[in-house]
Amino acid sequence: MLKRRIVQITAAVTTNSYFKGFLEGTVYKGKSKVFCVPGLNCYSCPGSLGSCPIGAFQAVANSAGFFVSYYLIGFFLIIGTLLGRFVCGWLCPFGLIQEVLYKIPVRKIHFPRQLHFLKYFKYLILLIFVIYIPIFVINTWGIGYPAFCKWICPAGTLEAGIPLIIVNESIRSAAGALFTWKIAVLIFVIILSVKLNRFFCKFMCPLGAIYAIFNKVSIFRLNINTHKCIKCGKCSSICKIDVSPFENPNSLECIRCGECRKACPSSAIRLGIK
Amino acid sequence: MKRGYYQFLFLLVGVLLLVAGIYRQEAYEVMIKAINICLECIGIG
Repeated sequence: MLKRRIVQITAAVTTNSYFKGFLEGTVYKGKSKVFCVPGLNCYSCPGSLGSCPIGAFQAVANSAGFFVSYYLIGFFLIIGTLLGRFVCGWLCPFGLIQEVLYKIPVRKIHFPRQLHFLKYFKYLILLIFVIYIPIFVINTWGIGYPAFCKWICPAGTLEAGIPLIIVNESIRSAAGALFTWKIAVLIFVIILSVKLNRFFCKFMCPLGAIYAIFNKVSIFRLNINTHKCIKCGKCSSICKIDVSPFENPNSLECIRCGECRKACPSSAIRLGIK
Repeated sequence: MKRGYYQFLFLLVGVLLLVAGIYRQEAYEVMIKAINICLECIGIG
């Protein structure tokens, strides 16, 4: 847990280390922004040194003359095949924020098994708000708009919107009904993340949905030694994502946090390359 | 074995698409978007 937390904090700080941006209410303008970071990290965050892959995908789709981004599909194929949802568990700053929120000591929600189908909602968000609207809903100049960033993304509101509004006078004066809506979405996600572990990752994150598609084939994965496994179910009971590692070690929902590995009494679970 | 085949195929296609995207100036488009404050992304515009 400590090792993972150190990696999460290091990833979040190194990709958002343009501290001057937070003081001046501006964003980093260096060439490193040509590269995408693996996690959900708004490129309008004042500290961000890289680009958000979901924001970048929509930005290219929005632009007249591109339609679909080869650059971003290639990026998703490479990162997904190498790491799968390891990105969610170890590298995503918004995943870290949700885990910290879940530490707040209030009564937690046990999500009923009958409602587990809601995990498919994130795929719907991916299809409608990240792919369909940015590509196909265009204005008279042939330009679309980043529907997920504009209407949903709580990471953008928290990491970029709020810091910029606090420091930048001109942005503050331009905030209106849309910003109020985005704050409402953020509050909704924060409250549910306090009550339910990684609420946004489980039900809403389109980037998690993309990486989930690769979980079954990713090179970095969970491996179960079937000779050692005694099927005690301890890995399933400790899993905060409600996955059953000994039955389905590379479930689409598994974020490779490795908690199951530590709980296994027979050391049958290995997290690594295969 | 089958998984290894898919891993190789996805990585190969991924690299080819990434290079094609760079060739099409998509990476430049991403950078232009990212070095300016995206008002829509932060809930302003």
